[in-house]
Amino acid sequence: MMRDISCSLQRIFAMLRRHWYLLSGSWTRVVELIYWPAVQMIMWGFLTQFLAAKTSYVAQAFGVFLAGMMLWDSMFRVQLGVAISFLEEMWSRNLGNLFVSPLRPGEFAASVLLMGLLRTLVGMVPVSFMAWWFFDFSVYAMGLALAGFFFSLIMFGWAIGISVCGLIMRHGLGAESAAWGAMFLILPVAAVYYPVAVLPGWLQVIAWSLPPAYVFEGMRALLVDGVFRQDLLLGAFALNLLYLALGFWAFQAFFEAARRRGQLLGQGE
Amino acid sequence: MVRLISSLHMTETFIPTVPTAIAVAGLAKTYGEADKPVHAVAGIDFSVPAGSVTALLGGNGAGKTTTIAMLLGLLKPSAGSIHILDTDMLRDRHHVLPRLNFSSPYVDLPHRLTVRQNLMVFAGLYAVSQASRRIEQLAEELNFATLLDRPAGALSAGQKTRVALAKALINQPDVLLLDEPTASLDPDTADWVRSLLEKYRAERGATILLASHNMSEVERLCDQVLMMKQGRIVDRGTAPDLVAKYGRQNLEQVFLDIARGQGKAAELEGLSA
Repeated sequence: MMRDISCSLQRIFAMLRRHWYLLSGSWTRVVELIYWPAVQMIMWGFLTQFLAAKTSYVAQAFGVFLAGMMLWDSMFRVQLGVAISFLEEMWSRNLGNLFVSPLRPGEFAASVLLMGLLRTLVGMVPVSFMAWWFFDFSVYAMGLALAGFFFSLIMFGWAIGISVCGLIMRHGLGAESAAWGAMFLILPVAAVYYPVAVLPGWLQVIAWSLPPAYVFEGMRALLVDGVFRQDLLLGAFALNLLYLALGFWAFQAFFEAARRRGQLLGQGE
Repeated sequence: MVRLISSLHMTETFIPTVPTAIAVAGLAKTYGEADKPVHAVAGIDFSVPAGSVTALLGGNGAGKTTTIAMLLGLLKPSAGSIHILDTDMLRDRHHVLPRLNFSSPYVDLPHRLTVRQNLMVFAGLYAVSQASRRIEQLAEELNFATLLDRPAGALSAGQKTRVALAKALINQPDVLLLDEPTASLDPDTADWVRSLLEKYRAERGATILLASHNMSEVERLCDQVLMMKQGRIVDRGTAPDLVAKYGRQNLEQVFLDIARGQGKAAELEGLSA
């Protein structure tokens, strides 16, 4: 049992090593991880400064848009990071080599999830310090609640990311655009920049069935009202467990479908 | 391993037996709709004795690559069973995968990683101990030591083949599956690769199953030849036996007879029909 776990960790580590080689060998890849979040942060920072002078809501909670942007981008970046790590294998036609090795689908999935997290941290941590420097706003002022919000969104990003990997494995690179577009499908109901209450009733039902709405409502409660809503965070985590289970199930189902159709051999550019 | 007759005072008949490394029964792969099925592999049976080299021969679309993909678990069979090293590959393939490896021109190593980095990753996946030393050793044996720190994407076809072989040998597999191992290689490099495979098999006692279009390669390397056509094994035997059976000069002529359904092959097809 212990040996199985040790071998499993070794294989996951080997996959992390593969992606580390790729990242460390290309400074353009690293810059790209920081570039887009930085541009977004600067844009939202100036917009917040402008609105803070015009509206009492923003003046009262200066960082509400910046924090929303950074948390949303963390979720998007982790989903994208998972999908890109998977796509790297598709682009290099390496899936055949990987899946005839002792690497199991669950270990492969674990490695791309960890890479998604690593890529997000590489991008978002510098940007969070840039926000502090440029706009005197520290997302870390949210304290431990930030960790709860962050990991809750990471879990949801993982769930969507791993489902997208399965989808691309099953449908080939024709489905590649899902890697960039999937998360934006839920942006209108994620309540990132406005409360769920502004949505029509039927959209509110959809919003409350997704973890991000709980997280962003919780974030606003903390930044605007100074109240930490544990119930919202717990709701988000409970839903995340469900979505993660569904994500892994979808990945496994798509993997088996790809095996039935012979799509693991020779996929590539 | 092989049971040896060691006693001069035998009172019973000993039949030396060679264990089977690969056993395939009723293996089939069907694509398409139920009313228009395409039988890529149509129920084949064969076994490969441990320590032997077997070739899957056939024209394009005969089912060779599909068969190898099913053996490796990359493709799920529609029917049949596969046992490799006494393991049911449809149920427990992960138990035996550490003792297998393969190489195919249809599967690449990541181009942006160097050769050394690629091999380090696979050494990790196969839990190879002293990975750096093993990679240096393979690089010496396969004559690519100077390429170790070059990106895999910058290699020539011949260099890529050697590196792919190094990846296939990194875990010193007991069973090696090779899809067209010398495709797109010049005669000199191809000959060199064949010598390497002969050496590996002799030293390691490994079992090799290869799909090939190169008849001289098959005649040189293989103990058994499986002739495939339209997803079926239409004949099998040693290369000299097949040449004699079809009344031809060499295996290439046998291959052409079978592929075109002419000569002795037409007679045999007629008999089986």
